[in-house]
Amino acid sequence: MFNLEGKVALITGATGGIGGAIATTLHEHGAHVVLTGTRELVLQTHTEMLGDRRASYVVANLSSPEEADTLIARAEEAAGAPVDILINNAGLTRDNLAIRMKDEEWDQVINLDLSSPFRLCRAALKGMLRKRKGRIVNIASIVGATGNPGQANYSAAKAGLIGMSKSLAQEVGSRGVTVNVIAPGFIDTPMTSVLTDAQKEKLLAKIPLGTLGEPKDIAAAALYLCSDEARWVTGAVLHVNGGMAML
Amino acid sequence: MSEIADKVKKIVVEHLGVEESKVTPEASFIDDLGADSLDTVELVMAFEEAFNVEIPEDAAEKIATVKDAIDYIEKQKAA
Repeated sequence: MFNLEGKVALITGATGGIGGAIATTLHEHGAHVVLTGTRELVLQTHTEMLGDRRASYVVANLSSPEEADTLIARAEEAAGAPVDILINNAGLTRDNLAIRMKDEEWDQVINLDLSSPFRLCRAALKGMLRKRKGRIVNIASIVGATGNPGQANYSAAKAGLIGMSKSLAQEVGSRGVTVNVIAPGFIDTPMTSVLTDAQKEKLLAKIPLGTLGEPKDIAAAALYLCSDEARWVTGAVLHVNGGMAML
Repeated sequence: MSEIADKVKKIVVEHLGVEESKVTPEASFIDDLGADSLDTVELVMAFEEAFNVEIPEDAAEKIATVKDAIDYIEKQKAA
């Protein structure tokens, strides 16, 4: 089960906690992984740690539309084969109460968390349609379904990602390409490390399974959705959140 | 029939899985040959690749029949 041998997987935001774990897991299961992010040293170190010819990296800043548009081609060049699996994981937060939120904070988040995944999907679909096979997994967030004070921009982008994925899933389903979403809850990563202990305490009280999640919890979900075994699953949102929101 | 017309016909037959006799110049991809909207996009991608031409969005939208495709590509190739 879950054998990804011969597949090329592109993971964006691979320098982050979740992206890094997804890359490691897909690689473990045989995929050629292409890691992408903005911090070259982290990408290089991780790629070397994976340590064989089935790992490469491409430095790209996906806030730039041009770099997002050309990333698929660059990844295919690095891997020497078309991208079979696209994991849109890159994202950023610029939290602020709506009443104080600047246009720039809104735009930055919508651009990187919603527009750049769209650009990557559009570019990757060409090759996938041709092959009559492909897997796209978009990493959204629990807040895309529930909302969260201080995250009007982030929750809008993540909710948008869910709607976009469902539309794409309907457009390309007849061609053997699936598009799914993982909506992580609160995962112990640098992105959530900014929370104070008091905030964490409050959060944990709302999680029936009693702990924050780990990146590997999301990686396991991604592995499933990328596998041949998930061939009949598309347009789905897989909530991995310790039971915090039962959707 | 020109070489381009032959090749276009072949691509259509292959992509849509229809009988060659049905691929007449007047045949509409959607109305006569059973293509859906994604098929028409894929056909344009296949033409672009096979003939090494670029078919911009607004031109692609106007390609509804086999003849439309042949005419467009012939014009591009002549230019």
